Amino acid sequence: MVHCFKYNHKGRDYHFLWDVESGSLHNVDKDAYLVAKNRYGVLDGVDLQDFSAMQDNLVAEIDKEFEELEHNGSLNVPAKIMATQKQIGEIKALCLHICHDCNLRCKYCFADEGTYHSKCKEYMSFEVGKKAIDFLIEKSGRRQNLEVDFFGGEPLMNLEVVKKIVEYAREQGKTYGKNFNFTLTTNCLLLNDETIDWLNKEMYNVVLSIDGREEVHDRLRKTANGKGSQALVLKAAKKFAEKREDKSYYVRGTFTAYNLDFVQDILYLRDQGFEQISIEPVVLPDDSPMAIKPEHLPQIAAEYERLAKEYLDSRANGKWFNFFHFMLDLEGGPCIKKRLTGCGAGCEYLAVTPYGDIYPCHQFAGETDYKLGNVLNDDFSLEISKKFATNIVTNKPQCQNCPAKYYCSGGCCANNIHFCGDISTPYSISCEMMKKRFELSLAISAIEATGTK
Amino acid sequence: MKHINTIVNNGMKKSGNIGCGECQSSCQSACKTSCTVGNQSCRHQDERINTTKKPLL
Ligand code: SF4
Ligand code: SF4
Ligand code: SF4
Repeated sequence: MVHCFKYNHKGRDYHFLWDVESGSLHNVDKDAYLVAKNRYGVLDGVDLQDFSAMQDNLVAEIDKEFEELEHNGSLNVPAKIMATQKQIGEIKALCLHICHDCNLRCKYCFADEGTYHSKCKEYMSFEVGKKAIDFLIEKSGRRQNLEVDFFGGEPLMNLEVVKKIVEYAREQGKTYGKNFNFTLTTNCLLLNDETIDWLNKEMYNVVLSIDGREEVHDRLRKTANGKGSQALVLKAAKKFAEKREDKSYYVRGTFTAYNLDFVQDILYLRDQGFEQISIEPVVLPDDSPMAIKPEHLPQIAAEYERLAKEYLDSRANGKWFNFFHFMLDLEGGPCIKKRLTGCGAGCEYLAVTPYGDIYPCHQFAGETDYKLGNVLNDDFSLEISKKFATNIVTNKPQCQNCPAKYYCSGGCCANNIHFCGDISTPYSISCEMMKKRFELSLAISAIEATGTK
Repeated sequence: MKHINTIVNNGMKKSGNIGCGECQSSCQSACKTSCTVGNQSCRHQDERINTTKKPLL
């Protein structure tokens, strides 16, 4: 499949052809764009008129160039990658819900203020954490690099246990030849110098939750006594980022229907000195006033376009920053197997709650229909994993003609199940945003790779 | 070619089918809500495919 698209950079249209199956990106002139639309897509409107006015010999000349690319396997390559089943039983990553409690009361929290539907606050004990590490090592097969993410609620509310788990895992890693990469997501309220130094030493990646502008953040991320938290969070996050040096971190925010002008929040975070930024659409049912709805999509698409322009300008003019969803590694991206299987939820990636219960991923915690077992009593069944094992992009009819197919991998299965009732049916709101971001990322890659001013 | 400037040639072919499972799981990286693999990197990415540095058409 060939996806033809245009991108306007500094008043000039650039034309691109994205060959989905080969992963080739071609920049073409306007004439070739029209011929490509005629050959591979749908010609309509002004494009149809312009194409009709083209000389036959010019069309033939361009057709010849396309034939050469087709012959070389970089254009209009047929879909031949097929897989129907993921491998199950080998696990490489765990999300440890170290604490189902939180010192914030964020109004959009999918974790019900940390409690994950259970309505009681629970802290993971070292015993459970230890068993989770044993479970991970036992199930990791030949894999050497294992990942553990400390998640909550707010994981720093149970920092002593986090520290003990890290120490234990490092010890066990030496014995069993496993290398652990730890990550942690925090709302920053409990970050102090000592904690920052410890995190910088031990964590491979740290995600700092902040939504952006003070009024945006404080509207939804309040403390237990109803006060805004942005000023405190910003101060702590800045300190963290300064001390982090070249190690990996992200400031990660959420946008909702209340701040559809979320690019202002991204630019705000950039202006505060953060270089790694991720702002994600909120995931909430339709009846929430904060939920992203289909009618918001045109505005969101326009915001992403605005962001792409700001992004290119900013990076070219000494204010470098990274936006998580514009990062696209066209040259060194993942292998085909990973592109087909996506996030690995329910198969190689699992979540463990404070009570030791095992779920397909953090978004399923507390949904007992999806429980796979418990680390405390060696109870672990692959029945649920089998459902997730078929979660492969080539099994999803809606994904087959999607330009982002091998980059999105069929969407988030938690969203698919929660919003569409089925793991194989992509959540259309996410798809629209994904496709927009993907197209912009391709254009950004081309502009930056060629040094286009 | 006169009308075409190839920016990335055959990115999928390069990525092979190793599937060693040693790279980071996507949901561990940042977003935790709708993680995708497009922005992930392979641990075996020393061999980079050629990209042109020609100006855009
Ligand atoms: S490290 Fe590379 S080859 Fe191995 S699973 Fe990840 S993307 Fe595939
Ligand atoms: S964006 Fe939607 S249609 Fe495209 S691959 Fe992802 S889930 Fe499938
Ligand atoms: S199901 Fe969704 S939230 Fe869970 S790991 Fe996959 S992409 Fe992430």
